[in-house]
Amino acid sequence: MPKKVFVTGIGIISSIGLDQFSVFESIKQMKSGIGKNTLIDSIYKDEIPVAEIKLKNDELAGLALLKKRESVSRTTLLGLIAARQALKDAHLEGNGKQLRTTGIISATSVGGMDKSENFYREFIRDKNKGHLSDVITHDCGESTERIASEIGIDGYASTISTACSSSANSIMMGVRLIRQGIIERAVVGGTDSLTLFTINGFNSLMILDREQCKPFDENRNGLNLGEGAGFLVIESEEIVNRDNKKFYCEVSGFGNACDAYHQTASSPEGNGAYLSMKKAVESANLKTENIDYVNAHGTGTKNNDLSEGKAMERLFGKNIPAFSSTKSFTGHTLAAAGAIEAVLSVIAIQNQCIYPNLNFKTPVKELGFFPVTSLLLNTRVNHIMSNSFGFGGNNSTLIFSKC
Amino acid sequence: MLKAYINGIGIISPQKTFDSVGFPNEIVNFDETLSMKCIEPVYNQFLDPMSSRRMSRIVKMGLCAALRCLQNSGVEMPGAIITGTGFGCIEDTEKFLGSIFTNEEKLLNPTPFIQSTHNTIGAAIALKLKCNNYNSTYVHRSFSFEHALLDAMMLIKDGESNDILIGGLDETTPDYFTIKNRIGCWKSEPVNNLMLKESKTKGTISGEGVAFFLLGNKKNDKTFAVIKSVKTALKPGGEDDILDFISSSGILQNEVDLVLYGINGDVEHDEIYYNLTNGKFKHTPTGYYKHLCGEYDTSASFALWLASVILKEQSVPEIVKLTPFDIEKINNILIFNHLKDNGHSLMLVSKC
Repeated sequence: MPKKVFVTGIGIISSIGLDQFSVFESIKQMKSGIGKNTLIDSIYKDEIPVAEIKLKNDELAGLALLKKRESVSRTTLLGLIAARQALKDAHLEGNGKQLRTTGIISATSVGGMDKSENFYREFIRDKNKGHLSDVITHDCGESTERIASEIGIDGYASTISTACSSSANSIMMGVRLIRQGIIERAVVGGTDSLTLFTINGFNSLMILDREQCKPFDENRNGLNLGEGAGFLVIESEEIVNRDNKKFYCEVSGFGNACDAYHQTASSPEGNGAYLSMKKAVESANLKTENIDYVNAHGTGTKNNDLSEGKAMERLFGKNIPAFSSTKSFTGHTLAAAGAIEAVLSVIAIQNQCIYPNLNFKTPVKELGFFPVTSLLLNTRVNHIMSNSFGFGGNNSTLIFSKC
Repeated sequence: MLKAYINGIGIISPQKTFDSVGFPNEIVNFDETLSMKCIEPVYNQFLDPMSSRRMSRIVKMGLCAALRCLQNSGVEMPGAIITGTGFGCIEDTEKFLGSIFTNEEKLLNPTPFIQSTHNTIGAAIALKLKCNNYNSTYVHRSFSFEHALLDAMMLIKDGESNDILIGGLDETTPDYFTIKNRIGCWKSEPVNNLMLKESKTKGTISGEGVAFFLLGNKKNDKTFAVIKSVKTALKPGGEDDILDFISSSGILQNEVDLVLYGINGDVEHDEIYYNLTNGKFKHTPTGYYKHLCGEYDTSASFALWLASVILKEQSVPEIVKLTPFDIEKINNILIFNHLKDNGHSLMLVSKC
């Protein structure tokens, strides 16, 4: 039997709240963070809604308790805020001895692109122009190392970038490293900030909704981009027992599979999704009927929601569990989505609740079922499945279990 | 203990590595250079011209090296595909980013955006093979390849997968080179790559490469070597860390027959290596590799290929030796790479 790994701390920052309490409060009030873009200068500013965090970088730096002030990307700031929260929650803040055996596995897709695109705007006109301080934070590993340095981790540090499944893979990797005994505990998660690059990238693919997204609705029109970060502290059962630590739940299972169908579109029958969900259930030694709630990938695109729906149908048969997409609250936070939704899953287990799927009216014709539309409190939630599916067909699923 | 057998290799580099069986007969000498570029294969051997027309250079190189690796190993369907890259698909990133400003955000072609995501090559390989198995991509500077390797070794140990395809990939573009030059990464004067270690000035020379390995849980007639361990650390504790690493691999320090150092000709950066070659590793034959491939985040993958070939052929090419030595049996090779003021990575590879 593989070693058990528990979640001992969580941290989150998103358009619906700056920490786990304000985030949960927004969900209780059915308040989405999707709205007007006020921070990124784009010709689509008034046209494309986003789920932005309404704080400028220097305000984020204050929240992040940033020690070294020189060039820092927004992605790093968001990640640092969430990582610090998770560490504090797990009573590890400033605990040098324990941090020495702690690894960090982060995830990002944009990295420091929020700054690099400013550099490039000048550079493209004149190769001698552009502030170098804007481009040295470009690579994905930079934000991880910056966060590690700020929180005091100096051993194992890694960054995964598999598009929208990235931070689900980080969490998985953290669990595996702990099970192998390579590290005792890990700070795992991901972070992404809104950028001109991603707004234009998704817009060029024509999958951005000009209204609030409608996951799993027949008339859905695409996704809304969001930004944010989520981090969890995960520790082995041995450590939790030894130190008598409080914990939220267990990361009981996970699965990673590749759709191998197309660079951006999912296979109509949701093959990769089906495989990652099936692997996850099996790895948790569970049966499909044990899953109480699926926090779906549910971006609101025509393609994803149908594929994911079909995959759920294949896996669960007639007994589809309660499911919803919280991207209707947070927007699609790209590489951070897996971790943000993992934190939401942990909160759901702690509060024994199931989240609603906003903006739903009409079930998808080809699917016979539809998501939960109101917050269900006082609901038995023992096992939650969380899906994150990325471009390139990278499909990842996590399972969290109440103990 | 984790371990993995290297049962196939496919590598594209600034040397003639793609079509050679072992160490290339001819060394490519970049006479006066700051940037070493790969010798690209004839893509038509593996890719059909229609579909490869829209692929960027790094995707084509990645696919070819991966397919050559599979061909060499005799494995048709890998149990997992794991890639590591420091900067990912720079060409496509630049293309899309440039188009945003040139076209003022209007009527943008999505293809470079799609291809700019870091896992594009891993996904392209899976797509080509219709491989639904585990797939991941690490993008963490000079640890990127080592993380992919560790992931694979853990999958093998868990019994989760076998015949795992891992790759280290990084490309250079003129803009990437220019930006890094402005940052101060490269030498101020072009050098002959083979004279790199003599150049006691600041900066190094740029390189690139794509190297894929097929890792298995058993030895077979195609096996090059066995990887015994890999480790990365952001702030390593010094030389004792290296000694600890060696002993955790199950061997004694005097059983290390050769150390391959990531010496890159940067006088500030190389100091840590020479402290070892003159100190704790004074009696161990020393080699280096970045004069053959240049400096790039996943150059450890080139070093792993080199170590594999040395172990299989039981011979160290003269061009690899840092200082002259004779060597009879080569059982264990330590690969040590580090970033100035920052992390180091270690790999131990053995004959089997």
